[in-house]
Parts: sequence; C-alpha cells; structure tokens
Amino acid sequence: MSVFTLEAGLALLGLVLLMIEAFQPDVSRRTLGLTAIAGAALALMLLPFCGTTLPAFMQPWHQLDTLALFYKGFALVTTLLVLWLTLECAPYLTRFTLEGKLAEMFSLPLIVCAGMMWMASARDLVTVFVTLELVTVSFYVLVAFARKSAFSLEAGVKYLILGALSTGVLVFGIAWIYGATGAMSFDGIAKALANPATSKATALFGAALLLCGLGFKVAAAPFHMWVPDVYQGAPTPVTVFLSVGSKAAGFVVLTRALDAFLVPGSIIASEVKALLLVTGSLTVLLGSLPAMFQTSVKRLLAYSSISHAGYLILALACRDSARFDLSSGGIVAFYLATYLPMTVLGFFGLGLMRVNGLGEDLKDFTGLAKRNPLLALLVTISFASLAGLPLTAGFLGKLFVFLGLADHGYWGALSCAVIAAAAGFYYYFKTILAMYTTEGTDVPALSFSVVTKTVAGVLALSILILGVYPKPLQKVLMPAPAAVAIK
Amino acid sequence: MSILEIIIALPLIAALAVWAGAPARPVSLGATFVNLALVLFATVQYAGKTGLAFTNSRPILENPAMSFAVGADGVSLILALLTTLVMLAAVWQIEDRPDIFHIASLLIGGGALGAFLTTDVFFIYAFHELALIPTFLMIALHGRAEPAQRKAVAWKTTIYLGAGSLVLLAGLAWAVLEFSGGAKLTFDLEALRNQARLTPLPVDKQAQIYFVLLVGFGTLVSLFPFHSWAAPAYATAPTPVAMLHSGVLKKFGLYGLLRIALPLLPQGAQVPWVQNALLLMLLGNILVMGLVTIHAHRLDDTLANSSVMHMGYIFLAFAAGTDIALKGAVLLMFAHGVSIALIFGLCGRMRNQLGTLEYSKLGGLAAHAPAFTVLFAFGVFASIGLPGLTNFAGELMIFAGSFAGFKGTLTHLHWTVILALWGVVMSAVYMLRAYRGIFHGGANTGLFMIDPALSQRVPFILLATTLLVTGCCPWLLLNLMKTAL
Repeated sequence: MSVFTLEAGLALLGLVLLMIEAFQPDVSRRTLGLTAIAGAALALMLLPFCGTTLPAFMQPWHQLDTLALFYKGFALVTTLLVLWLTLECAPYLTRFTLEGKLAEMFSLPLIVCAGMMWMASARDLVTVFVTLELVTVSFYVLVAFARKSAFSLEAGVKYLILGALSTGVLVFGIAWIYGATGAMSFDGIAKALANPATSKATALFGAALLLCGLGFKVAAAPFHMWVPDVYQGAPTPVTVFLSVGSKAAGFVVLTRALDAFLVPGSIIASEVKALLLVTGSLTVLLGSLPAMFQTSVKRLLAYSSISHAGYLILALACRDSARFDLSSGGIVAFYLATYLPMTVLGFFGLGLMRVNGLGEDLKDFTGLAKRNPLLALLVTISFASLAGLPLTAGFLGKLFVFLGLADHGYWGALSCAVIAAAAGFYYYFKTILAMYTTEGTDVPALSFSVVTKTVAGVLALSILILGVYPKPLQKVLMPAPAAVAIK
Repeated sequence: MSILEIIIALPLIAALAVWAGAPARPVSLGATFVNLALVLFATVQYAGKTGLAFTNSRPILENPAMSFAVGADGVSLILALLTTLVMLAAVWQIEDRPDIFHIASLLIGGGALGAFLTTDVFFIYAFHELALIPTFLMIALHGRAEPAQRKAVAWKTTIYLGAGSLVLLAGLAWAVLEFSGGAKLTFDLEALRNQARLTPLPVDKQAQIYFVLLVGFGTLVSLFPFHSWAAPAYATAPTPVAMLHSGVLKKFGLYGLLRIALPLLPQGAQVPWVQNALLLMLLGNILVMGLVTIHAHRLDDTLANSSVMHMGYIFLAFAAGTDIALKGAVLLMFAHGVSIALIFGLCGRMRNQLGTLEYSKLGGLAAHAPAFTVLFAFGVFASIGLPGLTNFAGELMIFAGSFAGFKGTLTHLHWTVILALWGVVMSAVYMLRAYRGIFHGGANTGLFMIDPALSQRVPFILLATTLLVTGCCPWLLLNLMKTAL
C-alpha cells in the first residue's frame, strides 16, 4: 500500500460522512466526529508503514521525499487536533449553525487534509493548483460555517473574495512561468531558469505573480489584510486549521517553488531573494506592531500568526548554509513543527473559554489563573513559546532564523525580525500578566474533559521537550530533503 | 549524571510540586536546604582542584552543536553557593504569603543556578531568561505599590532588561558566528574558549564584540547609564524577589562578562576606546549614583541605589583586568550578594511592621528591637566595607589590583581608581546616616518595631555569619580560584 491510498481513503471517508449526514439524520454528530477522528488517527498510524514506491505514471508529478512525508504527518496531526477541538466546541458552535448541524465540520477537514497531504508531494504547478483549490474551496465553506453569526459570514465573504483574487493571480503567474520556461514541473522550471537563454523579465514576472498568489495563502505582507478579520470571525477550530494547516500547506509549496527559483545559477535568484527579504521584513513588522494594540486575544493571535509567517519567509530567503544540518526548507519545517503545538494550544485555551461562556477579549483573561491554574499554565506555556522564550520550542525556531540571517549578512531583515520579536514579548506577556492578576473580576472555574486535558498537556509537554531536546526532530528532517528523494 | 544537574533540577522540581499543591513552605525550604548542602559538598570536593569539574554533557543538537553541558570551576561554585544561601534565606523569611512567592523564589534561584553551572552559551542565556520572567511577574502582581504604579515599574524593568537581553543575544550570536571557524556552529563555551586561544580574532573586532556584550550584560547589572530600571524595581519588588534579584540574579551579567566576554575577547577589553568608555560608565555608577543615594529620603531608595553604585567597583576590576582585581571582583560579587540580600530582607520586614520607610518618620527603633538592629548593622557595615566582613576583602583586592601597574605616571585607570575611592566615603556617609537615623536617637513619630521571633531570625543570622566567616577567612573562597582568571 502506498501513501496516496491513504489520501484517497481520507477523501472518501469525508464523502461518506457527508452522505451519512445528508441521508441518515439520526446518526449523532458525536458518532460522526469520532468516526472522522478514528479515520485520521488510523491514517496517521499507517503513515510510517506505507511504502514509498510510486507507480511509474505518477512519478513526473508526485514525489515522496522526507519533506513530503513530514508535511503529510503534520497535516494529519493538525486535522486530528482540529476535529477534536470541533467536538469540544460543538455545544457552542451549534448555536450558530443551521438546525444545529455540524456534519460538514467533520467531513470537510478530512478532505482538506487529503488535499494538504497531496500538496506536500506536488512536483508540478498543476498539481499544486488543484490541491490548493481543493483546500481553499473547502475553507470557504468552513470559515462561513457558523452562518447565524454575522462575524463568521463577514469572514467568509472576505476570505472568498480575496481567496478567489489570489487564485486568479496564482494562475496568471503559472501561465507566465510556463510561457517563460516551457515547463510545469519544478524540475523543468529549475532547469530552464539555470539556462541563461531564458527570458529573465518574463520569468521574473511570473515568479513574482506566483509569490503574490502564495503570499495571500500564507498571509505575507502586503497580502495579509484579510487575516485578522477572517481569523477572528471564523469558528475557533477553523481558525486553528487556517493558522496551522493552511499556512503549512502554503509553505510547503513555497519551499518547493523556491527550490526551483533559487536553483544554483538561476537567472532570477538575486531578485527573488530580495523580494523575499523585503516581504519577510514587512510581514514580521506588520504582524507584530499592530498586535501590540489588540484587545481581543483571538485577533492578537491572528496578528501573531502573520508575524510568524514573516519569520518563515525570512528563513526561506536564507538559502542553505554549510553551518547548519538543516536546509532552509528544513528550518521552515522545524519552525512549523514547533509552531503547531504552541498555536493549537493557544487556540485550545480560547475555544475552551468560549464553550464555558467566556469571551475572547483580554478582559476575559483577567484573573483566569485564580480558579483555573491548569488552563492558565497551559496558555502561559503556549504564549511564552510563541513569544520565543528560551527553553521553549519557539525560541529555537527563531534562533535558527536569526542565525541564518546573521550568517548571510542580511542585517536589515535581522533588525526587523529582532524588533518584531521584542514587540512580541510585549503583547504575549501582556496577556500572561492579565491571567495572573489578582484584582478585579472573578473568573469561574471552567470544566473540560479528561481527553482535552490530556491532549493539551501533551501539546504543552511537547513544547517544553522540543525546547530543550530538539535532536529527534532534526533527525526526522535531515539529511537535506533533496538528498533522499525516494523513487 | 553530575551532581550539578541535581542542583539545577531540584528547585525547578520543587516549584512544580508547590504549583501542583504540595505544602509550599516545607517543600521549598527542604529543597533549598538540600541544595545548599549539595553545593557545599561540591565546593568541598572541588577545593584544591583547578579547571572545570563535575562535567557532563548531553547533546541536544549536532549542528549547530548545542548540549546541556554542566560544569563548574571556582567562580561558578562561589556564585552557586551565593545563590543557594540567598535562596534559603529568601524562602525562609516568607511569611503568610500566597504560594506564588515560593514558586517565584524557587524559579529565580533555579534559573540562576542553571545559568551559573551550565557551560553551553545557549543554556547560560536561557536559564537567565527563565529567572527573569518570574521577577517581572512578581513585581507586577505583588509589588509593594498601587497596581498602576507597580505595573509601570514592572514594564520599565521588562523593557530595560528585555532590550539588554536582546543586545546580549546579538553579541553572543556574533561571538558564536565569529568563533565557529567557518565550518560548524558551536555553542559550547569550552570549545569557543579553545578557539579563542588558538585563533584569536583581530583586535578591533574583539573590541566591537566586547562592547556589544558589555552593553548587553551591563544593562542586566545596571551599568550607568543603563541603570534607571534598578532603583524602582528593587524598591517595588516583593522582599524575596528583591533579595534574589539584587543578591543573585544581577551577578549574572558580571559572571557572563567574566566567563564569556573576557576569555573569548581578552584584548578587546583593553582597547583604549572600550576601556575609556567603561571607565566613564563605572565612574557614573560610583560617583553619580553615590550622590543620588546620599539624597534619598527613604530606606528602600537608599538601598536600591547603593546596590547600583556598588556594581561600579566590580566593573573597575573588569576594566583593570589584573588577576588580583578579578579575584577581588568575584569575592565582592559574593559579598555584595549576601549583604544586599540581608539588608533587603530586613528592610522588607521593617516595611511590613511600620508601613513606611521614610527617614523623617523613623527613629530610635533599636530600643525595642536590639537583635534586629545588630543584624542590620552587619549588612550596613559590610556595605561600607568594614574590615572583618567580606566586602572589605573584595574592595581592597580590587583597588590594589587596579592600581598595581602604577609606574610613576597616572593613566586613566589610575585616575579612576583615585576617584572611585571616594565612593567608599560616600557609602559611609549615607549608610551610617541611615543607620543612625533609623535605629538610634529619639522616635520621631512614635513608630516602633519589635524583634522577629527566633525562627525568623535564622535566615538573617545565616547571612550575617557568612559575611563574618568569609570576611575573616577570605582564603576559604580564594582557594577555590587557584588559577588565573
């Protein structure tokens, strides 16, 4: 059995659940949710045992290297967490859905997951486009799912319009690249770009459009405007999915595309690098600085997610250095692996507060620690890691990015990143401080299930363990992805 | 498994246990007491040896090479001893406060121990940050001022120390990148030091990196002009936090200069523009802050500013760079830590009992609190540098060591020593005046205080005895530093 059967299986399971919901209304949503979770968990367990051989006809547009396998696992873990959070948030979410139904919230994530897994293996731009659309179109539905809530609808409309626009730009870029290089596959593009005879202006225009289109998906400045509204309006589980899953998917495609654009001898290498450095610097600043003035924690996390995207783009701008065992794609993967537990944990906290009748504003966090020491500690760990406090996973990711920038002598970008990190300390610790304040309102003790406690505890532990013992993760990500392309 | 790993882990585990609901006082007292015993044991074992001992390394990444590596030489053991002593006293004197006081004290102490006993730059930096966070939180949440004011103080401290840490991180990263020799990045301090011995950097680059590190570490130690966070922070911080931060954590910046900056960049410190800048800054600490301290109207203000001022002497030793001066600096770091923790602890008690620390409202307290007065006198006289107490030994070695190169012409360094000596006079003026005003003479407003219960005197007696013992026998500590620093 090969990995792509898992992906097909997941998509099929999503369709089956959709049909069950439509024609068997008496099946409870808990059953549906648990089935979806069981399916995803099974796929995750089978993933390491799947063969990595591909039939000959697939090889031109599909690959199974270390990076692809890593992102497939990443997508599955994210989906599992999102599905569980959806189940936990169901009592609150159903108030805003039609007839209190939730089925698509369990089936669509499976289809999104299949799309993200497929995308990680993409070897040409057509596959990228198809899988990206599979993911994005599913997200249009998910974002607007709480349709009785005006915020969710607003978020849905914004995401739809900007998403469609970015898709258009992306296709336009793909067309130009095809025109310039005569190739759709990343290998072919790389080969053409290394050839000085290729038209530089055409290729550059296409690459820039492609980067703009992908920039929308990963929320890179100046295409980040939609993020705060959409993240705030979407149901919290969907926000997690957008912020972790969709972002990781965007970055895997970016990694692949940049591997081609920045191939040794590429005629557009220096321009693309400059573009990345400027975009990355802008993104960290435009994410971090506005975040300092947010009063809604959910919105704050949205801005923080923009700023994290900025660090990742800066990491991509640092091409491979002999001084690290991690390639720049590896650093991005490492950063995302540390970003997953901390972001999901932060949103878990938000979701659980919502279910218990609290809001998502800073004032709702005031005095949280008094009656909920465990929840407060978990959120503290998550936010400290997002801020990049040493001994948490978040610090190492940032350290790699900073060292890479310093190693290449990108001092301007480095100073922007440092300013953004300093601002980050302010807004994350503002929230932490609020939680431990003793004066003011009394937050009641919140209740949440044992499984949720365990899941959140595991996420927190993984943040702390990765912060002091990152070696296993580095083992997974190395040697450099290109070196072990498995045929 | 090294004994140092247990020493680092114990307070952190105890903090976790207290958070999880274990009885706060017995657990934290037990852990700090055991920790003091362990450090004493390690110190006795180390006596007579040289170089790093108790080393153990657990790699966490291969490239860039990072490892959880522990190891201690005389300097780190002296500072570990200081940490465990002050931690025991700080935890002991907590009375009827929420558990978070114990947790914070254990975390600050544990973080400081980690910073002093690890030998990997990554962990040295990380443990220091770990210790800073509870400091900020405690000032903001339990500081002794109105909520708005203590939050302002906490943010001021956070911004200063956060910015200082970032500058420090930049300097450390720069050093790591420069020293790793092109191939592989390493954060291992020993490897970096070897590299510095074998292939030293060009002198002007050494000077630049040293200056960045000086500003970074200096901000953490309240080096003039990056000092203005310190006085309000210590005046506002809850007692155990003030004791631990001023007594122990602030020494981290000095320790970093001594352990990282000076060995890696030995010539950088002696480049004229760097040395002159440092001399000017430390004169700011001693003379400007000395005058500020003389004009303080409250005891906590006096103490906080005097603690800033005394850092100047230690920087003088770094500027001089002679072996005697550096050893004196380590001695003074220990002595200052113990004495300032002693006075801050007593000062916190006074504030709890009297509700004010204004000189104009206090007087004649010795009448009903003779034991308290004697303990306070120990701290005061140590700060002034009275012979027989440790501070004297340290200051004497620094002054003598810094003046050692005198050959008939006075250099900038020698002029600085001459000016710095006036700091001793200023300390005597403000400390003795405060002591006389508070404890002797008539009661100004009818406020009076009584001696603490016997069990509450123990932590202070412990610190005072330490000052006396190491003051009379400074060789106890100096023997731990047999080789040149």
